[in-house]
Amino acid sequence: MLILTCPCCGVTGEETEFHAGGEAHLKRHGPGSTEDQFEEYLFMRENPKGVHFERWRHVYGCGKWFHAARSTTTLEVYGTYAAQTHEPPKDLRDTISKKVPGWTWREFQ
Amino acid sequence: MSNIVSALNQKTYADGIAEVREIGLQGMITLRGDMASAAVKSAATGVAGVDMPAPSQVNCVDQRGICWMSPDELLVLCPYETVADNLAKMRKSLDGAHALSVDVSDARAVFDLSGPHAREALAKLVPVDLSPEVFKEGMFRRSRMAQIPAAFWLHTPDTFRIITFRSQAQYAFDLLKVAAQPGSEVGFF
Repeated sequence: MLILTCPCCGVTGEETEFHAGGEAHLKRHGPGSTEDQFEEYLFMRENPKGVHFERWRHVYGCGKWFHAARSTTTLEVYGTYAAQTHEPPKDLRDTISKKVPGWTWREFQ
Repeated sequence: MSNIVSALNQKTYADGIAEVREIGLQGMITLRGDMASAAVKSAATGVAGVDMPAPSQVNCVDQRGICWMSPDELLVLCPYETVADNLAKMRKSLDGAHALSVDVSDARAVFDLSGPHAREALAKLVPVDLSPEVFKEGMFRRSRMAQIPAAFWLHTPDTFRIITFRSQAQYAFDLLKVAAQPGSEVGFF
């Protein structure tokens, strides 16, 4: 079971109070993009063993979306951060590096 | 004029370890807007007659109060018959501010769960730490109660006031009734 803290309202709850929203930081390719880019946006997903970044929604609480970094193997949640960003914050990436040296996820490390 | 009744018309269950009661009509106004704005704050406090609560807190006296729902939403409580007047007053004081105010009184049902075992009866239903050291008076929590969304706070030291959707009122009542059934004391708190 995941224990998540919503960065919008500050409530810490277990995962049934939230709803998973899929992979984080997808680049939304629309009209004018190539077929490869569009395919990547629609279908290509990470399937990591270890560090993963996801979107979550505090569906039974404040209703806001946010991002979460967690481990797919241990279910440890490294941290949560605002939805209004294109990349995980530096301090969170440093925190993960301390716990999981050498982790990579897409272009982040 | 038709007779306005609440979802369960003050249905009560008093045979268990805690008393469950639908409190009847309660006026509720949803106010969404920028909570840092003075206009939004004064619109809420002017109608409710209580101070603005801190995040995840509630200020409630009898039927008047303000609940902090999310970073941009408040639930303003007032007596049912005063909702229309209060809404007009609120919109007047919000004049020009980017905000939304709607009467949601008839969309909700409100329950009181009271008695010395109220805390453990509710703790069976919500994924929230309700131990007396953690969940105190003044705190407001939106979560789920079994399969439905619910918001609750400690209205008095041994009474939880619980808000659910009106369409789920019967489910909520049955749920609380089972959680409070005779002989089901847990004795954890």
